[in-house]
This record gives sequence, structure tokens and C-alpha cells, in this order.
Amino acid sequence: MTGASPAEAEDHAHAHYARHQHDHESCGCGHDHGPKKEFDTSALISARGLTMMRGDRIVLDHVDVDIHPREIVTLIGPNGSGKTTLVRALLGLEDMTGGEISRMEDLRIGYVPQRFDIDRTLPMTVSRFLSLGHKAPRENLRALLAEVGAERCSNQQLSEISGGELQRVLLARALAAKPDLLVLDEPVRGVDYTGEADLYALIGQLRDQRGIGVLLVSHDLHVVMAASDRVLCLNRHICCSGVPETVAQHPEYMRLFGVEAARAFGVYRHHHDHAHGLDGRELPVPTSASPAETL
Amino acid sequence: MIEPFLLRALAAGVGLAIIAAPLGAVLVWNRMAYFGETVAQASLVGVALGLLLNLDVTVSVIVTTLAVAALLIVLGRQKLVPLDAILGLTHHGTLALGVIATTLLAGPSVDLMGYLFGDVFAVTDSDLWLIYGGGAVVLAVMAWLWQPLLRVAVHEELASAEGVPSRWVRAGFIIVLALTIAIAMKIVGVLLAIAFLIVPIVAARPFASTPEGLVVTAGIVGAASVALGLTLSANADAPGGPSIVLCMALIAGLSLAISARR
Repeated sequence: MTGASPAEAEDHAHAHYARHQHDHESCGCGHDHGPKKEFDTSALISARGLTMMRGDRIVLDHVDVDIHPREIVTLIGPNGSGKTTLVRALLGLEDMTGGEISRMEDLRIGYVPQRFDIDRTLPMTVSRFLSLGHKAPRENLRALLAEVGAERCSNQQLSEISGGELQRVLLARALAAKPDLLVLDEPVRGVDYTGEADLYALIGQLRDQRGIGVLLVSHDLHVVMAASDRVLCLNRHICCSGVPETVAQHPEYMRLFGVEAARAFGVYRHHHDHAHGLDGRELPVPTSASPAETL
Repeated sequence: MIEPFLLRALAAGVGLAIIAAPLGAVLVWNRMAYFGETVAQASLVGVALGLLLNLDVTVSVIVTTLAVAALLIVLGRQKLVPLDAILGLTHHGTLALGVIATTLLAGPSVDLMGYLFGDVFAVTDSDLWLIYGGGAVVLAVMAWLWQPLLRVAVHEELASAEGVPSRWVRAGFIIVLALTIAIAMKIVGVLLAIAFLIVPIVAARPFASTPEGLVVTAGIVGAASVALGLTLSANADAPGGPSIVLCMALIAGLSLAISARR
């Protein structure tokens, strides 16, 4: 990371906390900074003011999140920025210190966890894993595995397939519940570089075909951002958010990830053939935040 | 031809082998072997408590095992000391306390070796009732909890996110584990009880491709070890429980050697 030193970052975070309101008003990054408390009723899941304390340490500080149908939202942030806590809160696995979450009625969430280290003493084939907890006919399983491009794993042991195959199998498991919202925590762990781009392409495809909302968590910046409709940059609070281009050039983002990240981002930009739902959130990038001037 | 005490020993050992298989599998999958070991050895404190309060030893062992399990779960949440250190401390601390308390309370005449290593040849008809009656309860609960237990073993967070009440499932498992330890104590004693659960799973693993296949194979390995161990014990005048566990360990070693060569 070429951004601020850890000490500076810490200072900044505290300072930011203290001048919350002012900072937000001037940050110009496009999202709604007012003391808005109403849930977004068009969202699959809508969180307001999520706050999490561990002892006297702030893990999450008044975080607002909305995820809409057919939208790929990417949550990025450095290690320890509260990404996993936020995801666990949205999944209902974590009791928050403050804030509220509203879920669409009968919301079904498909979850792909970050770590999946199955004990080798637990023998289980991929197809058995997919049907755990619900009875699924074999042809459904085959169709699911075909959808994620992992047909050939069907009869293999879970502990013996590759990292990339495992991610696809986990994705198939998440899809088996016919989710409205797919939550993927670091979905490219153990996947090689080309596999990574393929996996994101697959996630985009699933969104298009199934019309689901997607929340991606990543600390991998480039490819994932290009695959997203909206990026939330988290460092205990939401530092900045918006379409990938906006976030990549935002000073907060550059402070967290370094200017290199902002430059490198352009290289991996994919061509988007669809319009973004702006939701009134996106504002033009302030000129002071353009990479050229920062550099 | 076969002495009745030998038949009772065989019936008790085979019964335990069948009960132990599914529990051992869940212990190993969740990497809870050392946890099981600790609560099993702590159950000697339960023996002492039973003697002190004039309670049925089976009941006091179950209660103590559950109390120690609850204590370990609470201690496992703190971050100061790693869990294995806590387990080591509890494991040896309670064993020492159990030995001292049992000896002090019951005097030097107490059959401490019987509690530590079991006395499979002293199994009575009422013990057999406990083994098969209690065992039926254990197996029924395990069958009922099997799917959620598998899902928690595969990935606890994923299971919770999918709506499995992971904590309750684990709590239910620990309760039947405590009952199994109380049963196993009669046969192989507190020191070897967990070996009875875990070693057959290790032996069976290379030959199983489904979770249920693993459990069935482990049950067969366990039962065969009981028969072999009792034969060894009767012919060589070796202690029963340790003979059974030694046979299990030899089969496990053989099995791992075969699977390593494949």
C-alpha cells in the first residue's frame, strides 16, 4: 500500500469520526450523508446506522447499505475495516450494537463464505454437499453445477477439488436455495488470475439470468470493481461509494489503497454494455479528486 | 463353553462400539477430539462427587461432564489464552482433582484403576441395560440431529446463515456425548473413553466415501477390536479395556499404512 502510513490512517479515522457531519457534507462522493433514517423500500436489504462495538473499539460506525435487485454491489476495504462483520450482520449472524436492518419480505439469501476448510476426515461428494439439508433431484443438481461450470466435479470428494472448483461448487450451493440476494465473501480465494476474471464474469451472468442482487466482498480492487455496479469503500464507516470510476478516483479510496490502485484500476476496466441505476446517489467527480491532480 | 462374564463383556463392548461410531465421527470432523478427551477425564471428578453425595455414579458423571463442557465453551470465548492451553489445563487439573478426591473419599480400597481404565469383565446385567438403553437414546438423538450436525461440521457459519440453529445442535450433541462417556467409563474407563470414539474413525476413514459409510465402517472396526481385544485379554491375562484400545490402534495404524501405499 502506498497510501497513508498506518499511524496517519488511524489519526485520520479518529478525526473523521469527530467531524463526521462536516466531512460528509464536503466529501462530495455522491451518497446521501444526511441523518436519513428511512429504509430504502425498493432494496432487497436495507441497513441504516449499523454500529458495532467490540469492547471500546468501533468495528462499524453508522454504516448504511442498500442492495437492490439486479445490482452488483462490491464492498471493499483494507483488512480489519469491518467487511466481514458487516456481511455477518446482513446475514443475521451478528448482533449489532446499534442500527437496523430491513429485509424484503421472504428474502432468501445465498451465501458463499470466505473460508471453507472441510476436514479431510469428513468424506462427502460434491453432489451430496449440494443436497445437504434439502432433497434435490439429481437432474437439478446437474443443472446447478452446469450453471456454474462445475459439472465434472459432481462425484468428486469436496476435499479433493481445486480452489476454483470449490468456489463454483459453493456458488452452486448458494444458488440451490433460489436466492434473491447472493452474498459472496472474497469469492476468488485460491483462484488463479484468469480464473478470477471468469468467476466475476459468471457472477455477472447469474445476475443477468436470475435477476438477483449481489453483494461481493473483496480486497482485490481491479477486476472486482470493473464487474460492479456500485462500490462501497469501507473503513469502519463508509468512506466513499458510487460507480467504480467515481470510487477509484475518490481521495478517500486513494488514501486507503494508494494512488497506484487508482491508476491500475483503469487498466483493468471492462466495457460495460448496460446503464447503471444511479438512484440519485452518484454525483460528478470533484475535479480536486482527479488522479492527475493528486499525482 | 464361553464364560458368561466374557459374553457380557463382548455384548457391552460391541454395544459401545456401535454407539461410539457416529459420535466419534462428529468429534473428529469438528476437531473436537481434545475437547472430548478433556470432558471425559474431568468425569472422574463426577465419580468423586457421586461418592461424596452418595449419588448414582452414572448420573453424577453425566452432570459433571456437562458442567465441564459448558465451562470449556465459556472459556473458549475469551481470547487471552488459546483453547488448547485451556483444555490442557482443565484436562490435567480435573484428572488430578478426580484422583485425589476419589482416593480421599473412598479410601485406599477404591478401585481407582477400574475408573481410569474400566473393568470390562465386571460388567453386570444392569450395566448392559444402561449400555443398550442409554445407547438407544444416544443413537436416536444422533439420528434426529444427523443432518444439522453434518451441515455444522461442513461449515458452521454457512449452516447458521442457512438457518441451522448451530448452537442448539452442538448443545444437543454435547449432551449425548456426556451420556456416552458415562457409558464408556464402565467398559474402558475415563482415560480410554475417547479413544473408543476416535480411533475407529481414523481406521475407517480411508475406506469410506460418504459420512454414513464412515460411521458404519468405524462401528465394524470398533466391534472387531472388541472381539480381538477380549480374546487377547482372556488368553494373555491382559487388562480388558486397554487390550481393546490397543487392537483399535493397531487396526488404525494398518489402515493408514495401506492407504498411504495406495
